[in-house]
Amino acid sequence: MTYQPDRSQYPNKKADGSLDIDLKSGKFLKLWQGPQHPGITGNMSVELTVCGDEVVEGITHVGYLHRGFEKLMERRTFIQCFPIVCRICVPEPDFNEYCYAAAVEELAGIEAPEYANWIRTLILEMGRINSYLMYCGGQAGSFGMGVISQWTTYVRDLMLDRFEELTGARIYHMFILPGGVRDRLPEGFAQRMEETLCEIESTMSDVYNTMYCNAVFKKRSVGVGVIDIDLMDAYGVTGPNARAGGVAKDVRKDQPYLVYPELDFEPILGQDSDIYTRADIRRQDLLQSVDLVRQILAKMPEDGSLMAKIPSVMHWKIPRGETYIRGECSRGEYGYYLVTDGSGYPRRVNVRGPSYTHAMALLERMIVNLNIADVAGLMVSLHTYPPEIER
Amino acid sequence: MSIRDLLSPFSAWKNILRDPVTIPDPLNDRPGSDRYRGFHQNDNEKCIGCGTCEAICQNGAIDMLPVDSVATKEGDSGLRPRIDYGRCCWCALCVDVCMTGSLTMSNEYKWVESDPDAFRFTPGVDKKFWDNSELGYKRPEEHRLVSPERIEMREMNVESRIDSFAEIVHGYSIEEAQLEADRCVACGLCIATCPTHMSIPDYINAVREGDYEQGLRLLYETNPFSNVCGRVCTRKCESACASRHEGEPIAIRWLKRHIIDQIPHEKYREIIGDPEPSTGKKVAIIGAGPAGLTAAFDLVRKGHEVIVYEAKAAAGGMTRYGIPEYRLPYDALDRDIETIVSMGVQIVYNTRIGADIPMQQLTQDFDAVLLAIGLQEGRQTRIPNSDHEKVYRAVDLLDKITAGEEFHLPHCAVIIGGGNVAMDIARSIARLQKQQYGQVDVVLTAMEEQQHFMADPDEIKEALEEGIIIQDQCGPQGCEIDQSGKLIGLKTWKVLSIFDSEKRFAPVYDNGDETIHACDTVIEAIGQFSDISLLGDELTEKLEWNRGRIQIDSDGRTSESWLWSAGDCVNGPDVVHAVADGHRVAASIHCYITAD
Repeated sequence: MTYQPDRSQYPNKKADGSLDIDLKSGKFLKLWQGPQHPGITGNMSVELTVCGDEVVEGITHVGYLHRGFEKLMERRTFIQCFPIVCRICVPEPDFNEYCYAAAVEELAGIEAPEYANWIRTLILEMGRINSYLMYCGGQAGSFGMGVISQWTTYVRDLMLDRFEELTGARIYHMFILPGGVRDRLPEGFAQRMEETLCEIESTMSDVYNTMYCNAVFKKRSVGVGVIDIDLMDAYGVTGPNARAGGVAKDVRKDQPYLVYPELDFEPILGQDSDIYTRADIRRQDLLQSVDLVRQILAKMPEDGSLMAKIPSVMHWKIPRGETYIRGECSRGEYGYYLVTDGSGYPRRVNVRGPSYTHAMALLERMIVNLNIADVAGLMVSLHTYPPEIER
Repeated sequence: MSIRDLLSPFSAWKNILRDPVTIPDPLNDRPGSDRYRGFHQNDNEKCIGCGTCEAICQNGAIDMLPVDSVATKEGDSGLRPRIDYGRCCWCALCVDVCMTGSLTMSNEYKWVESDPDAFRFTPGVDKKFWDNSELGYKRPEEHRLVSPERIEMREMNVESRIDSFAEIVHGYSIEEAQLEADRCVACGLCIATCPTHMSIPDYINAVREGDYEQGLRLLYETNPFSNVCGRVCTRKCESACASRHEGEPIAIRWLKRHIIDQIPHEKYREIIGDPEPSTGKKVAIIGAGPAGLTAAFDLVRKGHEVIVYEAKAAAGGMTRYGIPEYRLPYDALDRDIETIVSMGVQIVYNTRIGADIPMQQLTQDFDAVLLAIGLQEGRQTRIPNSDHEKVYRAVDLLDKITAGEEFHLPHCAVIIGGGNVAMDIARSIARLQKQQYGQVDVVLTAMEEQQHFMADPDEIKEALEEGIIIQDQCGPQGCEIDQSGKLIGLKTWKVLSIFDSEKRFAPVYDNGDETIHACDTVIEAIGQFSDISLLGDELTEKLEWNRGRIQIDSDGRTSESWLWSAGDCVNGPDVVHAVADGHRVAASIHCYITAD
């Protein structure tokens, strides 16, 4: 988006091209959105400068959630990092577990068993469904529709029940660990999962009728918050945010991992790149994940080995090396850069979360000229989770 | 935008007829899933307080603390994990790594208390309502974070070892040793169990780090007989190892040997360091076995002059004259002895105190005297005809084999005894028979059932592999002699029980179940005793005695202030006990002679 002086006569441009914002002039107002604003999925804030109801500048502020995970991991053994990583992203923790485990396995020369890879893929798709359900509620809520989040929270809870019986925990599953996974599917799991998937489909049908086929929602989201296709690469836009603009970026297809090559799916693409398109891409992605879970349960082997043979974890040292493991999470490319130096501790862990680019650089660019009331809608439409910004 | 977009949202009204989906928790009970990671449980009978859960907890939520209801004992630190639920993140690594499988999680997740300190508790000790919960997270069988299997030791196969006295065990390669060292969780239960309290986790860490000089330094802090103990130690440490509960214990003995094997012998002295300056004090030690030489090593390091009197032509005591070369090669033993001698210990060989030098002489010439004469004499069964010339004591024959003396090799031998000495003589005779006669004909009889033999299980296994026939529960009743006076066999009765209700030796036999084991030689291996004739009548009279052994105090000192006693002659046969004893009396002697 470019600056459109016809919407507001202020601020003027200075000779050097920068905006002339003089708060004492009385033409501008500073507005602090966040960190507890309901339109923000997590603790983050935006310092808005408004002229009338139009945003002329937005500066993002993060750090409210900083827990220093990357640094903590440098003082923990490879196995001790495993329970930490899931906390880097609360709503979709499993990607951290997978990326970390895969990075450790690659540098340690371990190959996870095939059966474990099927379970890993299953968990990642279950997590994607949950993440999108949370998004739908948030997106609707940001435009004033409270009921959607109540519906999606209910079906998300059903999926958490499935997580609980499979992994032994609801939110932080701590199930994918270097070498494999902790346990096999419980008896009757596929049947119960099918019931949950049917409930999700039914709810998503209601969500479609109520939210997506809704004049108010369309009025506020169509044509708003358009990500210019030229910005995609410059700002490192990935995932549904990119696919909504017709850019076919999907790590599951571009650089297949786990058992994705054996699953039948195509990335879902949009065209208009606005808030509505992004929301619709995510709805379709969710339904695609429902299908992928069904495919996984149908195709996965009956039984198999859970864990590769790993060194005794109390003194596990990994040879010098570095790797970058990436995967397609619900928000885009998620990656772990791991450096090892031959000791029993990671030398450096860097987490590449898609929220870092989407919620900071991209948002600051896109927020200009938006109405104040649409800021929350725009932020949610970028689907960002502040915990993963602050590792 | 269409008319549908205006009407469609009203479809939400259909939900007005739906029942609420909210679960009114906590008013109704919603159990956690079958593998839910809920509150901890600990089976205190199984727990050994190894603290591996504490070590792996990345939150520092676990502290190992003493509890009233658990006593410290061999292989159990007496500590139990106290968990702080203000820190716990329910990752269950503690459950996954638990060496005994005692720590599990219930599927309970609701617990209300007004006292915040209550959430710091010791599972299994502080009684909780979920203690007997069947459900909850238990480590799946194949999910092991520490390998339960030890790295296999490469050994000579049966065919190549049966006619050879070459060492059977090849030793670990560096890679194998490091893998085995990685299995150690460094709980330290072994340290308390080792008679000489070797710093086992530290030297295993040295193996892991490849720092063999540090490893050797640590070995010599507590054991100057590491070449010997790295091969033939009775390894009580391994019986206390945390890994033995759900797998095989760490091969501590082989790792010790591995360190020793990695350092050239010439470098030992440089690594161990020089003795302290001379104190001018003199100590005499009688017997150059492990106890005597350990004490000598400690005392010369303290700067005292030490002279060791040895009746035989070489040092080592029973480790040389009792243990066959295939278990302990003489050059390995020589390395230990040479290191001790290089520290300044003087050994006077072929000198028997009492015969060559009177005991009184030592009391005059030295500040203190240590008696470390071992158990050189073999006990006899005293069964009928056991005084026949073809009835030998195992220690006498082992002595002859070591010294290279001639003796009549039996064509068919019957051994009496189920301990390591019995195995040693049986396997030595078998080797000689194979060399000279081409076949093995050795029968080993013992009163115990085979699983209760005193001998190391590996010894029994290897003896069987080498063709030795083991007949357990056989009580010897007499040696059979034909009319010409030739020994023709050993008569045994089946043993019904060995000890009475008060655990006194009182064997009960079934005399109807009699066996005659045909043989031309019987070898008794039922224990040893000390030859104390060197003391002389006067000193023997003055000393206090306890059941035939010299009475000593907790420091190894006898009732005579200048005389100490240590080793097998005090504790019974065991190398590592003798080493521990040597340290103990050396410390006591040092205090005594420097206090003057």
